[in-house]
Amino acid sequence: MTTATLSPADLATGQNVFTQFLSDVWVLTKRSIARIRREPETLSEVTIQPVMFVLMFAYVFGGAINIPGGGSYHEYLIGGMLGMGLAQTAPGTAVAVVTDMSTGLIDRFRSLPMSRAAVLTARTIADLLTQLIGALVVAGVGLAIGWRVHTSAGDVIEAFALALLFGYAFTWAGVCLGMVLRSPEAAQQTGFVIFLPLTFISSAFVPTQGMPGWLQPIAEWNPLSSLAAACRELFGNPNPAAAVQVWPAQHPELAVLCWSAAMLVVFAPLAVRLYRSKAH
Amino acid sequence: MTETPAIEAEGLVKRYGKTTALSGFDLTVPPGVVYGLLGPNGAGKTTAVRVLATLLRPDGGQARVFGHDVQADAAAVRRTIGLTGQYAALDEYLTGRSNLIMIGQLSRLSPRGARRRADELLDRFGLIEAGGRAVKTYSGGMRRRLDLAASLIGHPAVLFLDEPSTGLDPSARALMRDIVRELVADGTTLLLTTQYLDEADQLASRIAVIDGGKVIAEGTPAELKASVGGQRILLTIADGADRFAATLALAPFSTRSISPNGSGRLIEVPVAAADGLATEVLRALDAAGVAVSDISVRSASLDDVFLTLTGHAVEAREETELAQEAAV
Repeated sequence: MTTATLSPADLATGQNVFTQFLSDVWVLTKRSIARIRREPETLSEVTIQPVMFVLMFAYVFGGAINIPGGGSYHEYLIGGMLGMGLAQTAPGTAVAVVTDMSTGLIDRFRSLPMSRAAVLTARTIADLLTQLIGALVVAGVGLAIGWRVHTSAGDVIEAFALALLFGYAFTWAGVCLGMVLRSPEAAQQTGFVIFLPLTFISSAFVPTQGMPGWLQPIAEWNPLSSLAAACRELFGNPNPAAAVQVWPAQHPELAVLCWSAAMLVVFAPLAVRLYRSKAH
Repeated sequence: MTETPAIEAEGLVKRYGKTTALSGFDLTVPPGVVYGLLGPNGAGKTTAVRVLATLLRPDGGQARVFGHDVQADAAAVRRTIGLTGQYAALDEYLTGRSNLIMIGQLSRLSPRGARRRADELLDRFGLIEAGGRAVKTYSGGMRRRLDLAASLIGHPAVLFLDEPSTGLDPSARALMRDIVRELVADGTTLLLTTQYLDEADQLASRIAVIDGGKVIAEGTPAELKASVGGQRILLTIADGADRFAATLALAPFSTRSISPNGSGRLIEVPVAAADGLATEVLRALDAAGVAVSDISVRSASLDDVFLTLTGHAVEAREETELAQEAAV
């Protein structure tokens, strides 16, 4: 009796480890895009929600918020909103990861002769695409409420690149969260509990100068404050953090790079390790 | 020349904290057969399959699939196997066809090859029409069929079926059985886990009975049945008060201790098969003054095998499990 594996004539040929990895990432990223196309409402996190936040802050709270050094709150808001819009996708990442774990789909992937690194990489790339859409939505609604940039195209591109880098690094934290939680509901809840204070105890919506003294250092060292300040600086928008004498407020772009690198160095290997050890 | 076994496991051990899921699990499955792992819920069947399918690292022992070590050469094992777990492992939001194409491509088929294979399998599993719909609109039986199709997409030489008929309606179960037979005819080796004795009996050419994380008996269904005594005589005595006298009178015939049942009027006697045995039993009971209202003779079933080997019935566990499932 023959014991050879039956091999169909349609095997993919000429793949080495790296092209196999790229091919698997592409197949799995297409999967996430297909889902968005079938259910566009899954994008509401980066479309409807940021629009609501922008409108509420611009027209409800904005009038009551005083910006030290003066300037338009509408212009101030968008730099902060960009960071929030990106960080906000992390709970969605966690939910997607938990769902794949709990349905057994990840087990199936692990039993296939596919690249093991591809599953998580594809997840984060799909979420980066989502974040790009979110960033464009924020910019669009910003332009509609009177946000303008006063710098060169290079500066604006740099701001968006920094924001997406930060968003991508943050996604790995969402992957880790999804790996350690057991149900999509738990991921949603936990993500919310972590995410809400993270975005609000920052200069994303209000300048830190108005916060109580004990809270100011927390807000000033919050990575989202650095991202907001970096974007404001690069857009030429009002940036009251420039007057705050702490390192991240004085060097917001460098701070964003450091935070992003730190998150990638911590959370990406952790996510991979959790993925491997989930073989329980 | 000795054949390389399709599956070999030697002394597999797996612990979860204080629980031992596998405690020295040994198995040899020759190629081209349907091999049944039979045992109650929690016996270690799924853990064994997960180790063999490279999803789980054992704490001890080793296992090979067609000679490839599941730990050292996991990639080669994954090219050889297909796995269908207890739950349909599919993307709910993709169509059935897209799921199969995705898994085909991840199984190293070319995009064109994956599409062709997906259509072939949708046809075989009666899912052509449903293939264009999102999986979340599927019934439980359709999901299981698609899941089985997905596990076949890469033409695996070894297919693991973990509780294949759980959640299937009778027609889907019949389809599944047909497909199992076709696969074996094609030379595929199947390892199926089940807690249904009749399923193991019908499908598997060899069976390993698992309890407490190890194999406690192994053989063909006929060998296993023979190992617990050829036949059973089932008696209903007219008066439960005569049970002690009846047990005494039956002792010379019995190959094992006699199990009196319920009211004491039902008595089951494991006996070695012999012509005219029922008549002799009736004569002996008559001599002892025991009136018999009913007598029947049947061959030992896998239920008997299971009960004898493990000391507990499989059915009772199934009921608790069903109750748990219903509660979820």
